[in-house]
Amino acid sequence: MGAQLRALWGWFDSRMPSVASEWRKHAAEYYAPKNFNFWYFFGALAMLVLGIQIVSGIFLTMNYKPDATLAFGSVEYIMRDVPGGWILRYIHSTGASAFFIVVYLHMFRGLLYGSYKQPRELVWIFGVLIYLTLMGEAFFGYLLPWGQMSYWGAQVIVNLFGTVPVIGPDLALWIRGDYVVSDATLNRFFALHVIAFPLVLLGLVVAHILALHDVGSNNPDGIEIKKLKGPDGHPLDGVPFHPYYTVKDFMGAVLFLIIFCFIMFFVPEVGGYFLEYNNFIPADPLKTPPHIAPVWYFTPYYSILRAVPPLFHSQFPGVLAMGVATMILFFLPWLDRSPVKSIRYRGTLYKGALAMFVVVFLVLGYLGTEPTTVWGQFGFDAFFLDTKDVATWVARVCTVLYFAFFFLMPWYTARDKVLPVPERVTS
Amino acid sequence: MNEQEKPDKTRRNLIVATSAVGAVAGLGAAVPFVASMWPSERAKAAGAPIEVDLSLIAPGEIKTFEWRGKPVWVIRRTQEMLASLKAAEGRLSDPASKASEQPKYAENEYRSQKPEIMVMEGVCTHLGCSPQMKPADAKGEMGGDWVGGFYCPCHGSKFDLAGRVFRGAPAPVNLKVPPYEFITDGTLVIGEDKEKKGA
Repeated sequence: MGAQLRALWGWFDSRMPSVASEWRKHAAEYYAPKNFNFWYFFGALAMLVLGIQIVSGIFLTMNYKPDATLAFGSVEYIMRDVPGGWILRYIHSTGASAFFIVVYLHMFRGLLYGSYKQPRELVWIFGVLIYLTLMGEAFFGYLLPWGQMSYWGAQVIVNLFGTVPVIGPDLALWIRGDYVVSDATLNRFFALHVIAFPLVLLGLVVAHILALHDVGSNNPDGIEIKKLKGPDGHPLDGVPFHPYYTVKDFMGAVLFLIIFCFIMFFVPEVGGYFLEYNNFIPADPLKTPPHIAPVWYFTPYYSILRAVPPLFHSQFPGVLAMGVATMILFFLPWLDRSPVKSIRYRGTLYKGALAMFVVVFLVLGYLGTEPTTVWGQFGFDAFFLDTKDVATWVARVCTVLYFAFFFLMPWYTARDKVLPVPERVTS
Repeated sequence: MNEQEKPDKTRRNLIVATSAVGAVAGLGAAVPFVASMWPSERAKAAGAPIEVDLSLIAPGEIKTFEWRGKPVWVIRRTQEMLASLKAAEGRLSDPASKASEQPKYAENEYRSQKPEIMVMEGVCTHLGCSPQMKPADAKGEMGGDWVGGFYCPCHGSKFDLAGRVFRGAPAPVNLKVPPYEFITDGTLVIGEDKEKKGA
């Protein structure tokens, strides 16, 4: 049997040797730094979640109906009548939030260890493109259950494009395909969600990994391991990705899936954060639910949108601020002027700025899930108080700090006191 | 570089010309794809005016009607409600509705043809959510200076009972007033008026 299998492989290999050579290039002989830590699980986990979403999504489409009169009912049908349908749906809904959790942690790893810095600018740019595509993918998918939150969320987001000067109203009309969010909108969002954006996403993931494997992985010390090679030509501080990191990532995947399954089976709604309660009410174009908020992964940007007051009777400034808040990520490699990559060798300025950024991002995220009245009103009046809602003012301060983290980066990273970086990676 | 490797100018130009023509054809081919995403003829045809029987609306009451897929509110305002408009005036961002959208006959202090009957689109001018009516006694929730009006749950914009937006709200202008006319004292038609029939 063994000999026959080997012969079969030999037959295959002699006709298509690129399978074996690609395997060597990207796994068996891809040398990754040996000091990867906890933060390095999330890239592989993001790919795992992508796989989970594609498979569960394919099976959901077998029973889902992209029609404004049938969509809500077909989702309930999946939940109640399709054998195993509820598991499929909860896998997909938990997967959506899990995707963003994993991607946010993966991006934070980049901020910690300067993984976006030269020579990995393209890796980072493809990553930001993946993040933006993922946002689109999540947004289109959220309309499909045709619940109240689906409907009004889509209404708000499409109208964001309507605020663009001059072309805005026509652009929003073109995106909706109707004067209001309707069956036409649902149908096209379905097409974009199940085929167009997943294809783009897969292409970008391939580009992200190819770009990474061309320059090599960064590590918690921010040292280029390719600089010091052993007599065999391999980096002294590198280990082959397979089997060292395939095994390590397997363990990460197992831990991840335990948490994933716990949520899926016991708390799939996660208190209204993963699945919003209002979305269990069918879409009603005449009535906005009393409290609407996007799903948690959009709320930091939603807070920024809400915080910016209109200027010259136009709401475009808020939309612009929200757009810039995401687009600014593309420029990170050039905003950071620090001579070192890793937080381990950076000074207090960057450490403080990053800590502040994390707090600001979380506060904005929290405020975005709540109405602006959540923290009450100021007890006094002043000429500059256009609104007395405390939460709005906190969001405004956080918005300013969010942008300060990026716009002041060239200044504070250049004058930060850095520590000497060692030759070899530390444990 | 020897003679053989030098690019042939004519061939090079032909390649450039072919590529340019191909690019034009590619753009042309994109037209039907982009065009297919505009509203269909059927979607454009929908949207006839609607008739409202005003006797069904009690003083102080609001009723929502669907016109072109959007909620349109009709409110029969009481004297106190009309008085609240004055009280709100100082805190509005566009009190005279100069920057807002309404037919000529609604560009006045009440934003309506008849002061007591208010007709407006229940669509927030910020990002299109539908605000909710919050009466004057909702002070606990809306703050001590609340005089009655509307609150948008999406981004917290506040409007008075004529749909005029309060300062400090993300909504830039007042709620839109659709074209409407009274065909009898008790019947209202929303979606057309004398100035532009079938607007």
